Amino acid sequence: MSTKKWFGLALVVLALLALPLVLTSVGTAWVRITNLAILFVFLALGLNIVVGMAGLLDLGYIAFFAVGAYVYALLASPHFGLHLPFWIILPLGALFAGMAGAILGAPTLRLRGDYLAIVTLGFGEIVRIFMNNLSQPFNITNGPKGITLIDGLNVAGMNFTATHTLFGIPFTGPAKYYYVLLILLTLVIVVNLRLQKSRIGRAWVAIREDELAAKAAGINTRNMKLLAFAMGASFGGTAGGMFAAMQGFVSPESFILHESILVLAMVVLGGMGNVWGVLAGAMLLSFVPEFLRYTVEPVQQMLFGKLLVDPEVLRMLIFGGALVLTMRFRPAGLWPESRHKLEMNEEK
Amino acid sequence: MEIFAQQIINGLTAGSVYALVALGYTMVYGIIQLINFAHGEVVMIGGMVALTVITTLVGMGLPLPPIVLVLAGIIAAIPICMAIGYLLERAAYRPLRHAPRLAPLITAIGMSIVLQQVALLIWGRDPKAFPQIMENQSFAIGGASITSVQIAIILMSVVIMAALTWFVYRTRFGIAIRATAEDVRVAALMGVDANRTIAATFVIGAGLAAVAGVMYGTYYGITHYTMGFMLGLKAFSAAVLGGIGNLAGAMLGGILLGLVEALGAGYIGEFTDLCRWPLVDGLLVERCANGGNVVLFGSNYQDVFAFMVLILVLVFRPSGLLGERVSERA
Repeated sequence: MSTKKWFGLALVVLALLALPLVLTSVGTAWVRITNLAILFVFLALGLNIVVGMAGLLDLGYIAFFAVGAYVYALLASPHFGLHLPFWIILPLGALFAGMAGAILGAPTLRLRGDYLAIVTLGFGEIVRIFMNNLSQPFNITNGPKGITLIDGLNVAGMNFTATHTLFGIPFTGPAKYYYVLLILLTLVIVVNLRLQKSRIGRAWVAIREDELAAKAAGINTRNMKLLAFAMGASFGGTAGGMFAAMQGFVSPESFILHESILVLAMVVLGGMGNVWGVLAGAMLLSFVPEFLRYTVEPVQQMLFGKLLVDPEVLRMLIFGGALVLTMRFRPAGLWPESRHKLEMNEEK
Repeated sequence: MEIFAQQIINGLTAGSVYALVALGYTMVYGIIQLINFAHGEVVMIGGMVALTVITTLVGMGLPLPPIVLVLAGIIAAIPICMAIGYLLERAAYRPLRHAPRLAPLITAIGMSIVLQQVALLIWGRDPKAFPQIMENQSFAIGGASITSVQIAIILMSVVIMAALTWFVYRTRFGIAIRATAEDVRVAALMGVDANRTIAATFVIGAGLAAVAGVMYGTYYGITHYTMGFMLGLKAFSAAVLGGIGNLAGAMLGGILLGLVEALGAGYIGEFTDLCRWPLVDGLLVERCANGGNVVLFGSNYQDVFAFMVLILVLVFRPSGLLGERVSERA
């Protein structure tokens, strides 16, 4: 890389490092919002492996997020009195989610893509039903009430929930999570980029574009699809663990179908298969609704004197509309992957 | 035995509704190989429209017999749902007919979310209770009882299914639909207007959905803006069970699914009651004492059955009970 590029990269890194300090001065809420946005980028990149690279439509992706979150919550909360360290639970959550992905995928991946879509949709719902009801007769998930008082991260004796002061700068809990998430995100992006160029990634793209031809070329399509599914799921599981640690509370309500759709909308809008596009899509769809939350209400109050359209409804309308309009006018997404662009614009 | 007979009746009623919805999925799938994800939402809107009409009529205090009220609800719901079905096809699916398979699926999901949110805006977030218009007479059959609403639902769906079968197999338009399902291009060469036929299929499916929505509302007494989701999922499972693309299959699948669900929900509590299992009994003596029971899965798992059926069918007989075509098409 040239000096100029290095300089630019350093600038970006510095800006990212300084971001929580700037945001804290605006309000800690914005640090939390940013953290959630990063978590969603994380999720979107995981789903990107499944939908974008391998072309398998997964509509129950949030279930894997839920598996990770619940694994963390059960093993690090007073619910069972277990308090295992995070470096055991996070990988465990990823493992469990990955296994769930493989178990779900095994019977359905032999079939055509749209069956997979509907089965994953159902699976997401089933996971939620189980989370809601597994409080009887033995209390495993604590039902709709969810699990509270989950341990936060604890690295080398530093508790993440408290505020620490370093060099005279106070670092709040959310700010510290921001840095952890940033490290994880960098890792995920690197993995994604490397995957894309690897033998596996190219096999996925081949399957996405023409499964029959891929098979003929000697790719074990079933195993490759299973791998994509499990890998995407384990990303979701890791994100779920982080979510549980950050929030300190999980309940089935966080894992409804709408969340799966939201993550899918991020991938589709940004540009399926393109890591940077997905990142941008996830950022866009995370922040725009937050800005709306702060603007829609006052504007409506001013114009009509009352709240006509709930911001939450508007948020969902944007996601639904984004899916429809993207497919209609820019089927390869806002920032398409070059290969995908060719495919989506080709007439059959 | 009484529980058994009762669950059969309940299952038949729910199954009739599933069958009507499943027909919509299967017809659309048969003709353009697309899962119309938004179909469940059309059912929901049908129920909501009928609810509004019936509530308004009841509110006006006219001395109308209940059957007229329900019919008015259905008559209002059908054209609205048909219009939505047509719009869905025109706006979301037709432009993408030649796009890769993933594209129309994604638009379908988007449309389903949009429809749900629009319904939320119009009818609100809370579940809406259907007005109690029919005095629910029940008749005893062999220890079980069947209500007038249940009889009406079963009869009506039988009539509708018979009419649909006649339409598809005996009329010119029905032949056009089947020809298009067989091969769009060849059908077009024979003078079939493919666009019109496909649109008509959506519209017919939406009409059936409207009726199913009203039935669902009157039977369960409640409508909610999210009700289309589970109902749609179940009906799709029913269509796959029967063999997707196959009309008789959708009807059979719907009825079977209704029965499986009703019997499952009726008996699962008993079967998974650990106190009845000799092996575990010793460990749970305290909780089982005095006729107590430790039920692993209660009837709140009812919604899981449809999904289990779907997975089992996909694993063991992907073409469904009556389907011939193997679903693998490049």
